[in-house]
Amino acid sequence: MATATTVTSAKPYNTGTIPTLAAPEPEHCPGTDSEQAGKADACEGCPNQLICASTPKGPDVDLPAIHRRMEGVRHKILVLSGKGGVGKSTFTSMLGWAFAQDTDKEVGVMDLDICGPSLPTMMGAKGEQIHMSNSGWSPVYVADNLGMMSIGFMLPNEDDAIIWRGAKKSGLIKQFLKDVDWGSLDFLVVDTPPGTSDEHLSVNQYLKDTGVDGAVLVTTPQEVALLDVRKEIDFCRKAGIKVLGLVENMSGFVCPNCSGESFIFAPTTGGGKALAADMKIPFLGSVPLDPRIGQSCDTGNSFLDEYPDSPTSKAVIKIIRQLREFIGDPVEDDEDE
Amino acid sequence: MATANDIPPSLSKVRHIVLVLSGKGGVGKSSITTQLALSLVQLGYSVGVLDIDLTGPSLPRMFGLESKKIHQSSQGWVPVYTDSSKRLCVMSIGFLLKDRGDSVVWRGPKKSAMIRQFVRDVVWGELDYLLIDTPPGTSDEHISIAEQLRDAHPDGAVLVTTPQAVATADVRKELSFCRKVGLDILGVVENMSGFICPHCAECSHIFSKGGGEDLAKQYDVPFLGAVPIDPRFVLLIEEQHATAASTVGEQKPDAIDGTGFSLIEKYKECKLCPIFARITEQVVALTKDKAR
Repeated sequence: MATATTVTSAKPYNTGTIPTLAAPEPEHCPGTDSEQAGKADACEGCPNQLICASTPKGPDVDLPAIHRRMEGVRHKILVLSGKGGVGKSTFTSMLGWAFAQDTDKEVGVMDLDICGPSLPTMMGAKGEQIHMSNSGWSPVYVADNLGMMSIGFMLPNEDDAIIWRGAKKSGLIKQFLKDVDWGSLDFLVVDTPPGTSDEHLSVNQYLKDTGVDGAVLVTTPQEVALLDVRKEIDFCRKAGIKVLGLVENMSGFVCPNCSGESFIFAPTTGGGKALAADMKIPFLGSVPLDPRIGQSCDTGNSFLDEYPDSPTSKAVIKIIRQLREFIGDPVEDDEDE
Repeated sequence: MATANDIPPSLSKVRHIVLVLSGKGGVGKSSITTQLALSLVQLGYSVGVLDIDLTGPSLPRMFGLESKKIHQSSQGWVPVYTDSSKRLCVMSIGFLLKDRGDSVVWRGPKKSAMIRQFVRDVVWGELDYLLIDTPPGTSDEHISIAEQLRDAHPDGAVLVTTPQAVATADVRKELSFCRKVGLDILGVVENMSGFICPHCAECSHIFSKGGGEDLAKQYDVPFLGAVPIDPRFVLLIEEQHATAASTVGEQKPDAIDGTGFSLIEKYKECKLCPIFARITEQVVALTKDKAR
């Protein structure tokens, strides 16, 4: 396609080796891309059997293309949490904005939450669309050195639900990695949906050999959230993803009226700090709740730039400094504001 | 895939099925499900709760049942009862894990198979209400549960949101999903709507306000109510673990009763209880005329 066109709808994508199935995968499906596809006992009588059996097996043919795209990306950071609504996207956007404050750095932010993309709103890019050119899909730039990609840019109507099963989501994730023209980047921050399922397995599978710096885990202080984050740490171990550290978000709330501090989500079991110690991963810090964050996210402004004096901003900046040290790209001190 | 042409026998004696949905994570689906269940029990109904959040099940912790295991009977899986009165039972993948920190790393087809089992192979017995707690999103779990329940004609869905635009945007997608699969929307609950400072009683709108009500108006669905943040509810949930800690490992269904702690009783003292009583009354009224 020579001229720039707009990706308007969620059309069926070319999903590489994931074959187009004639029917949903049955129970006990060995996985359409597995060695056993089309041959396992469960495949008997499945309408997809022939399709699966005839698909070439072995390493994903798109991996070299993903490698080429990712060659120019120096640091890749995943933002994970087993729990929803703990602030993964908020933290991702803050990471993006904070990295991009350094005008010498090129930053990319990728939103893998297919069913509930929040980043376009949070980064003030709602309603933007992705353009396709010869070199691939162009990210949406929210600052000169800050590009982003999300399925939110591909929906004809923002209220449309993406009712996709896992295989289709994986296909889109592959396209995000293979076809988006990031150029050369210093940082690529990847936001994920909650859970330990298709999106997480796929992004790890595709990026594993390109060298991922690691994952930042986000949690809130209450045990119900910690429980799910425990599972995510277990997942990281199983999948061989390095855990850069744990961030405790929404820890404590300072009343704007009386400045009294209170716990909204009480850390009855010791909060993120105890979990990090228990699981032997670095604890990056606690971020208090500031009601203005919600507003900044809704309007798509950078909270760190708007309210640099908030204790929340200070906590986040401190965490990001630590992170950059962990990935071997520390902030130079003269850049300190 | 085998499609069902009749109501699964496991659900034949279940009078009402209500799903709790939200496009957004962490808005309180599980805590709303828990409180709806407790309120329904207080109204004298028998309630079953099914947790289809397979990668992040929260309900065992919510009901203080983390140490419990599922039993297999000749008819199928027996859900876990909260106490000996058998008014409230729970089914979750959390009961099937060896260790509470184990992750369930499954792709779609396996999750779908598990949900199928949860719908068909659980001995729910006679229930007034079956509440189904879901993970965030509109993907495998949601498609599967909609498929599995198609012939059982669920009463509808309660949508949970928090007030900020980032959350209501995702809940709009869930609304589109419900319309697409033909699931009735019973109403919208706005959770985390304000936080009352325990020091000065000033109400802070941490996640803004009014988003849920606006959403309900815009889509012309009932607004069931706004639920403020009450840190004491979290403490109440955690307190049962402190109380039950002494009985960990005990497999008797009334282990928690044995320690003198009953969530059903304790919840009556919670400030959120009257708010939920109103929400629950509306849900009961909305589902009353639905014949399954």
